[in-house]
This record gives sequence, C-alpha cells and structure tokens, in this order.
Amino acid sequence: MPETRIDRRFAACREAGRPALVTFITAGDPDLETSEAILAALPEAGADVIELGMPFSDPMAEGIPIQRSTQRALAAGQTMNKTLSMVRRFREKDDETPIVLMGYYNPVYVRDPKKFVVEAKEAGVDGLIIVDIPPEADDELCIPALEAGLNFIRLATPTTDDKRLPTVLANTSGFVYYVSITGITGAAAPDAQKVAVAVNRIKGHTALPVAVGFGVKTGEQAREIGKNADGVVVGSVLVEAVRESLDEAGRATEKTVSAVTDCVRDIAAGARMAKTG
Amino acid sequence: MTVQQPNTYRSGPDERGHFGIFGGRYVAETLMPLILDLEKAYEDAKADPSFQGEIDSLNKHYTGRPSPLYFAERLTEELGGAKVYFKRDELNHTGSHKINNCIGQILLAKRMGKTRIIAETGAGQHGVATATVCARFGLPCVVYMGKTDVERQKPNVFRMKLLGAEIVPVTAGAGTLKDAMNEALRDWVTNVDSTYYLIGTAAGPHPYPEMVRNLQAVIGNETKAQLMEAEGRLPDALVAAVGGGSNAIGLFHPFLDDPSVKIYGVEAGGKGLEGDEHCASLNAGKPGVLHGNRTYLLQDGDGQILEGHSISAGLDYPGIGPEHSWLKETGRVTYVPATDDEALEAFQLLTRVEGIIPALEPSHALAHVMKLAPQMDKDQIIVMNLCGRGDKDVFAVGNMLGFDL
Repeated sequence: MPETRIDRRFAACREAGRPALVTFITAGDPDLETSEAILAALPEAGADVIELGMPFSDPMAEGIPIQRSTQRALAAGQTMNKTLSMVRRFREKDDETPIVLMGYYNPVYVRDPKKFVVEAKEAGVDGLIIVDIPPEADDELCIPALEAGLNFIRLATPTTDDKRLPTVLANTSGFVYYVSITGITGAAAPDAQKVAVAVNRIKGHTALPVAVGFGVKTGEQAREIGKNADGVVVGSVLVEAVRESLDEAGRATEKTVSAVTDCVRDIAAGARMAKTG
Repeated sequence: MTVQQPNTYRSGPDERGHFGIFGGRYVAETLMPLILDLEKAYEDAKADPSFQGEIDSLNKHYTGRPSPLYFAERLTEELGGAKVYFKRDELNHTGSHKINNCIGQILLAKRMGKTRIIAETGAGQHGVATATVCARFGLPCVVYMGKTDVERQKPNVFRMKLLGAEIVPVTAGAGTLKDAMNEALRDWVTNVDSTYYLIGTAAGPHPYPEMVRNLQAVIGNETKAQLMEAEGRLPDALVAAVGGGSNAIGLFHPFLDDPSVKIYGVEAGGKGLEGDEHCASLNAGKPGVLHGNRTYLLQDGDGQILEGHSISAGLDYPGIGPEHSWLKETGRVTYVPATDDEALEAFQLLTRVEGIIPALEPSHALAHVMKLAPQMDKDQIIVMNLCGRGDKDVFAVGNMLGFDL
C-alpha cells in the first residue's frame, strides 16, 4: 500500500533519533468541544501520533481510567458520526499528524465495516486498532481497511509466542503495538527489561516500527522503554488528567486542556532523551 | 433474513466456531493463544473416553442424574390441552442445570493444569455451581457478580461464600450479568497462566458455545430416552427459557433433526417489547459482536450495548448464545417473549397446583406453556425444561407480591 502519514511520521522520528510519542484520548471526553480542543493541542505538546478512542459501552480490555473516560464521552452524547467529524475538523488545520482510531468491533460492525473504512479514510483517519478482532477474522475488517488505504495496526502481547507472531504480523501495517503486560490498560507498570527483550523478538519478525503501551505513565518510563522501542504509547494517564481537571459536577474547566497537554509535555521530554542516554 | 435450510442442524459449529454467520472468536490478542489452547485441550478431552467417564460418574453420584421426567397431571388438567412433562433439572445438586456444565469444565481445567477458577454469574446459580465444583476439587474460586444482582440474590451470595468463593461485586454499567462478564474477561486477560475462565452459558468465544452445549445436551438426551419409555414417542413441542441459552440448547440440541418436534425458546419480555425494559435480544435486537462472539444483541443504532431488564437476574443479559441466533435465522426454533407479569403468574400457578416452586427463569418458559398447551390436542405432548428451583427467588417474589419477609 502507498506510504501513509504513519509511515512518514515514524521515519521522521527515527531520523531525529527519538521514539515516537503516541497519545491516546477518548473522542468526546469529557464533552465534544473540550475533546476537540485537546485533540487540536496534542501535536504542539509533543504528540507524534494520536490514537483517538471510539467510545464503546463494554470496553473489555480497559482498566478503570479508560472505562470512566468512555462513560463520560457516551454520557455527553458522543457518537461515531461525531468522532469522524472531529477528525475531519482536525485535518482542516493539520495534515501531518497521523490519527489512529482505536476501539472495539461492534460500533464498526453495525455501521458496516466496508462502509466504515471508506468514511474513516475520507475523514482523514490513517489507521485502525480494533482490540477484539483477531487475525483469524482479517477478511471482515483488516483487508477492507487495507484496501481503503488505512493502516491496520495489530496488538502483539506477551502471550503471542514466536509461532503465532507471523499470523499476527501478516497483515499488520503502520506499526506494531506491543502490549507490555498481560492485563488491562492503565494497570501494572511494565518491566523495561522484559519489554526490551520482547521488542527485539518482534523486530526479528518484522521491519515495521514497534510501539509499546499499557501501563506507561511517566516521562521516566517513556525514556526507559523508548531506548529499544520505536514508539511509546500513553493513554490512561492522559484521561486521568482529564478527570482530575473536572469540576464537582463532572464538567470541563479552563484547566482541562492544559492538564492533558502538560502531561504530554512531561512525557515527551522523557521520550526525547531515550536514545541519547 | 432467510437462510438456506441445512441438511442437519446438529453439525455446527465449523472449525472457526461459526454457526452460519454467528459465533466465532472476537477477543483481544492476549486471550487468543489461551482460547486456542482451550480448544485443543477440549478436543483432546473429547477424544479420551475417561473424560466422559468421569463426567458420567459425577453426574450420577454427585449431581443425581438422570433428573426425572415428570408428568404434571394437575397442571395438564388445569390448562386443558396437551400433556405437560417437566424435565426436572431443578432437582440437581445446587438446584439448577448449571452444575452439568461446571462438572465438565472443572475436569477440563484440571486436565489443563489450571490452579485458579473465575466465573461470572447473574442470578447466582452458575456462581453457586462453580463454587461447588471448586470446593469439590479444591481450587480457589473468584466469582464476578453485578452489584445489582448481589443485592437481589442474597441467598446465593451467601451460599457461594460458604462454599469458599470470593465474590467480587461489579459496579460498572448497571451492575448486572453483562458487566460481570466484562470484569471476568479483564481478570482472565491479567491472569493468563494460572486461570481458567468457567463460562456459565453457551456463549462467548469458540469453543465455549459448543463445549457448554455438549455438556448440557445430557438434558435432551435423557429426555428423549425417558419420554420414549413413558410414551413410546417423541414430544410434539419443547419449551425452555433463554437467557444466554444453555439450558435451552441442552434440551433442544438432540431434537433439532426431528422435524415433528416444534421447539420454543422463551425470552425475558420484561415490561414488554415496546420499550427498552426487556431482554428479548432475538425478538428485539440485531446482530453484533460482544463477549467474543457474533450474535443477536440489544443495542442502539450506534452499536452501544443496552442494559436489559428482567424480573429474573438469570435472564438479564443483552445477548444470547450464537447457536440460538442461527436457529432463529434458519427458522428451526421459534423464539417468543414472556413478560415479568406472566412469569410471576406462572411461578404462582406451578407452586399451587404441582407443589413445585420454580425459579423465575423457567417461570418464563412455563408462561409460554400456559399459552401453548390449551391450543394443542390432549394426546399431544409438551416437554418443558424446569431448569432451576425457586428457593433463591422466594424473597424477591415475596417483595413483589407485597409480603414483608
């Protein structure tokens, strides 16, 4: 498939001698307007790639922070149409920063996967991460996504052994997302040593960049993990920053956007030191 | 949607776990290797006669199988039509059909060398059955149960605690079965090496729907032999309640290729299908993907799963086992709703005329039998799966009927 924004961005980061910082926020959290403001502010704060969560009522792989974030977005009336509109409006001002939609299969399935991938591409989306659709079901969504010009990014996990890795990597493009722990998002901190071994193991099977996520919360962790990985993913810590900035009624305050961008700046500073020692 | 009629209704699922378009394996990558291991372990176990031998022995000596097939004479007179038989799985050890599944799966967990068991539960019947087999086999047991269900099923919560299980109340969502299943999956994805997830119904990722069905098919197999002995023929109709659908598929499956047998699955109609307060996923939902399988789900237009409602905690689930979705689409099984009020009436009728207090789940099936039997001839036969006893529901029903217990 032709080169995408994701390919270009990882190449640029490699050239600059640093891991890409991949930031996750939930679309529509805590409300559409604030979420759009956060999205627009992420690149300047140091986000190299943006994962935009498509909220789902039953986020089975998420820990409490992203569960709550999802619930806030749905309570505020977020829909798939609004999520795609957010991407469209973002693209009016930023044609460089890659956006990956991340979520669960059902909201895509009910919309019709073949229709959805075309809509997403047209809106300016670059890739998809769908947690609950394994490579065994590639014909349903992965192949149509690739045909529409979207990267399909798969998760590899500590349970994905060398025998299974080729199956997982077969139709993966853009980058590989290595899940650093067995568990849910935002839970235990990953062991940097073990992660380094796993990243090198995956690199033995693919030339794609490998980004590491689940449990990365600080600039120091980003710096450690970024020594071997091509990208570091942060999510739970950012949606927690949203939560902590809300008023007593759960509404956004003037601090909400900066709470997220401050957090991104800290982690970006750590990540930028990863390859320099 | 019409689906081509298959030569047999009993050959599914295919090697990827599909019943038509339904079923499959839609799970996070962390779980995929575990599910593939489980599938292999189950295939090996099925090929080993000692596995079925152990199940048969425990079914007989521990559970008390075969359960009786009972001719409900007074109820038949009361309804004035077809002869009504009950398959009395409420007489099993632990009080419901759930134990049939738990015995098979705990033996599989042992074969796989797993050292910790987790389960989800709605009404608590599956939780009690799981805690029971864990006590019997000396394995630690964690049961995820929605907070709402913990409140309305207190007797079962206490039973599980007595049996040594740890109960984790789940507050996410509406705090019912769906949320408990999400939380059990989160536990499993975290404790992959040690833990066996003992799913309680014929749903979830392949091979669970097939495995649970096979373990519950003892209900239908016994029924077929017992009715042959009592009446010398097949029944004219089968009726069972469907939540996730394990008791129903267990009764139905051995009869699917007997075209003279009409088959009815009864969904929780809650306060009626007009509004959102029901759990009739087959009658009022549409296909989607949740909890590892494609099946009919209650959901909004944007693919968000809705919280169902039922008077019965065991039917309070917005999905359904994938084989039922396929049986609906092929037309082999007819799925009908029964409301909370109809179930409550059936609960009281059976108690009064037969001296059997049923659980609220089979009370839904009975509500349909009450509609069906009077329309049938007196020489026709209905078999209903009386899949659980009502001890657990006595307090809740007492409240609804205005008794202060």
